[in-house]
Amino acid sequence: MAESSSGELRIGVYVCHCGLNIAGTVDCDAVARFAEGLANVVISKDNEYLCSEPGQQLIQDDIRGHGLNRVVVASCSPRLHEPTFRRACSQAGLNPYLVEMANLREQCSWVHSSQPREATEKAKDLVKAAISRVRELEPQEELKVPVVKSSLVIGGGVAGIQAALDLADSGYQVYLVEKKPSIGGIMAQLDKTFPTMDCSI
Amino acid sequence: MMDVGRHPRIKVFTLSEVTSVRGYVGNFNVTVHKKARLVDENECTACGICTEDCPVVTPDEFNIGLSSRKAIYIPFPQAVPSAYVINPEECLGSDPIICGKCMKLCEKGCIDFDMRDREIKLKVGTVIVATGMDVYDPQEMDEYGYTRYENVVTSMEFERLINAGGPTKGEIIRFTDRRAPRSIAFIQCVGSRSSKKGGPYCSNICCMNTVKDTLMLKEHYPEMDVKVFYIDIMAFGKGFEDLFRRSKGEGVRYIRGLPGQIREDPDTKNLVLTVENTATNELEKHDAEMVVLSLGMKPREDAKETQEMLTLQTTSDGFYLEAHPKLQPVDSATKGIFFAGCAESPKDIKDSVTQASASSARAMRLMNSGEITIEAITAIVNEKKCKVCGICVKVCPYNAITFDKDNKIPAHINEAACSGCGTCAAECPTDAITMRHFTDVQIESQIDSILEEDPADKILTFACNWCSYAGADFAGVSRLQYPPQVRLIRTMCSGRVDKKFIWRAFEKGAPVVLVSGCHFGDCHYIDANHWTQKRIEKIWKQMKKLGIRKERLQLEWISAAEGIRFSGVMKKMGELKATVTPAEIEDTRRLLEKQKRGK
Repeated sequence: MAESSSGELRIGVYVCHCGLNIAGTVDCDAVARFAEGLANVVISKDNEYLCSEPGQQLIQDDIRGHGLNRVVVASCSPRLHEPTFRRACSQAGLNPYLVEMANLREQCSWVHSSQPREATEKAKDLVKAAISRVRELEPQEELKVPVVKSSLVIGGGVAGIQAALDLADSGYQVYLVEKKPSIGGIMAQLDKTFPTMDCSI
Repeated sequence: MMDVGRHPRIKVFTLSEVTSVRGYVGNFNVTVHKKARLVDENECTACGICTEDCPVVTPDEFNIGLSSRKAIYIPFPQAVPSAYVINPEECLGSDPIICGKCMKLCEKGCIDFDMRDREIKLKVGTVIVATGMDVYDPQEMDEYGYTRYENVVTSMEFERLINAGGPTKGEIIRFTDRRAPRSIAFIQCVGSRSSKKGGPYCSNICCMNTVKDTLMLKEHYPEMDVKVFYIDIMAFGKGFEDLFRRSKGEGVRYIRGLPGQIREDPDTKNLVLTVENTATNELEKHDAEMVVLSLGMKPREDAKETQEMLTLQTTSDGFYLEAHPKLQPVDSATKGIFFAGCAESPKDIKDSVTQASASSARAMRLMNSGEITIEAITAIVNEKKCKVCGICVKVCPYNAITFDKDNKIPAHINEAACSGCGTCAAECPTDAITMRHFTDVQIESQIDSILEEDPADKILTFACNWCSYAGADFAGVSRLQYPPQVRLIRTMCSGRVDKKFIWRAFEKGAPVVLVSGCHFGDCHYIDANHWTQKRIEKIWKQMKKLGIRKERLQLEWISAAEGIRFSGVMKKMGELKATVTPAEIEDTRRLLEKQKRGK
C-alpha cells in the first residue's frame, strides 16, 4: 500500500450531481454518505457541479484544510474531466496521479435512468472500487520530451491548404502531401461558390 | 494555392502518399512515397509545347471526362506546382522508335524518363488529416438513369460545364444535341439521407450548391425554366437563407418531393420526372430537357488505410471520429493528430477553412512550448526480477525495449518511446515489469472491490481506454440502457489484461468476465490487441482443460463509435450471466483454489 509522509491515508470523496445529469437518477447524498463509512475516507461530500470553479475550489480547500493525500471524484467520464481534476488537485499541492475518478454519468446515471435504485447501488460500488484503487496509487513524475516544430498535412484540398498556410505563416515548417499531381482538391473543380458567389480558386 | 507553392516554409509533395507514420505526439517519423513525375517540376515553365505531338488522347479527369488531354499534361491551368506531368501508364515511353516525341519538343530538357519514385523520410511534431472525401457515384440509382440517359448529368459535371474555363467555356449544353436546354430540373439528396443507397446523413453542401447553380443559370439564361426537387432545403448558414430567397425570387420553382423515376423520350431525349409532391399529395409528372443530380459526399475509398496507419477511429458513416464532438471537434483521439475539412464530415468551403484554422491552432498550441509532457503511465523494469527471456521485447509494438541475452543484461525501456499499453507487463512471466499508474496491485484492488459483495451478480469487464471504454461513454451519451450489474475496469489497452487478473476474477466468484478492446487495425498501440487475442485463446484452452465453461470468458472488439454495440454486448453478457449457476461458480472457485495450493 502506498503511503503518505505520515504513513496515514487520508482520502477525500466528492460526488458530483452534474445538475440533474447524475442526481436525476442517482441519490448522490446516499452515495456520499456510503463512502463516508469506508476505510481511510476522511471526508465525503456531494456537490452540484464539481467541474465548476467553486467545485474545484471545494476540493482544493479540503486538500489543504484536511490534509488529504488521495482524492476520488465521482462524476463524469475520466476521458472528459480527468485533466481538470488532476490540475485542480495539483494546484493544491497533491500529486495529480493520486486522483481517481468514478464514472457515474456516462456509465451509470445515463445508462440506467429507468432504474434509479439499481443505479444508486451501482454508483456506490463504483465509488468503492475507485477508493480501493486510490489507496494503491503512487505519486508519479511526468517525463518531458522535446517537440519537433514541424507539421505534416495530408491532403492538399482547401482544408489542407488553409492549415498549411496558417502553420507556415506562424513560423512552423510544413510538409504538404498530395496524391494528385496538383494541389487544389475538389475545390479547384468548382466554379462559383456559395454564399459569396465568387470564384473558387 | 499559389501562396502555398511559393511559401518558404511549405514543402509540397505532389503525386505522393504517406506510407507510414510511427512514433508519438511531438515526434512522429513519417515515410512518404513520391511517384516520379517524369517532368522536372522546378524547371518546367508550363509552356505546353510538349503536348503538341503526344499521340495519346485520353479523357481529362479534371473535367470529369467531358474533354480530353494527352499523356503529358497539366491537370488544370492554375495547377500548383505549375508543371506538366506524364502518366506512365498511358505514355508510350521514351524509346525514339516508338515515341519520345515530347522530349524532342521540350527545349529546356525538363522531361526525364529516368526519374524514379522516391521514399522521403520526415520528422514532424503534429499531423493534420485533410484527406477530404469522395463524391457519390449515382450509377447504383437506376431510377435516375445516369449514364443511360445522356441528358442526366451530375452536379460535378454541371460545375465543369458552367465554368468559363471548362470544356464548353461556360455554356450549359445538352450532350445529345449540343444546345442549351430550355428547362432544367435539379434532384436533391442523391446519395444522401437515405438508408438504402448512399449515406443516411445529410451531405451538408448540396442544397446550397444547387441554390447557387440556379442563380447562375438565371443569370446566364433568364428564360430557362428551373425546378428543384427536394426533401428539405438546408439553408442554415450565414447568408444562406438570403440566397435561397433570391433563387425563389428569380422564378426558380422548388417542389417538395424526390422523383421516383425518370423516363427519357427516345425522340426528343427530353426527360419526364414522376414525383409525389408531398406538399399537395399529388402524383405529378414534370418535363425537363436536362436533369442535374445533386450528389452527396461519402468517405474516401482509402479512408480505412489512413485510419489504420494513424490509429484513428470512424463514426458509423465512415468519416473520422473526433476526440469529443463538442469540446474537441478537430482533435483525433490520438494526441498530435488533427482533422480539417471533409475527412471528418461533409462540409462546405467556409467550414473547411474554419476547421483548418482551428486544427492548425491546436497543432501550434502543442508545438509552441517546445516540449510536451508524457503521461506517467510507462513501463518500469525491476532488473532483479528480470530473467532476460526477451518476451517483452517481442511483444512491444514500439520497439521500446532492449535486452542482451548473451551478456545477461536485463530489459531496458526507452521511456520516450513507450506508450504505456502494458502488453509487456501482462506477458512478463516473472512480473518484472510494472506499469506506472496501472500496476497489478491497483487493478487487482478494483477486481477485489467489485467482487467483494454479490460477486455472482456482477458483469466484470476490462475495457481499453481508447475504444471500448470510449464506446461505453458513447452508449451513455446516447442514453442506451443496459444491465446495471456491469462494472468496467479501465486499462490503457486490452493488452494490459494479465491472465492472472482473469483467474483472480473467477477465483473471487465472477460468473462471467469480458475483455474488450479496439477492433484489429484500430488498436491505439499498433497491434498490441493481437497479443490480447492470443492470451485469451490460451486461457480458453486452460479453462477447457480444467473443465470450466469457456463461454464464461468473452472477448469483444468494440470501437469508440459503437455505443449501440456496447450496450448490445452488455445485454448479451447479462443473458450469459444468467446461465451460470451458483454451483458452477463455487466449483470453479474450489478448483482454482485447489490448483493454487497445488502450486
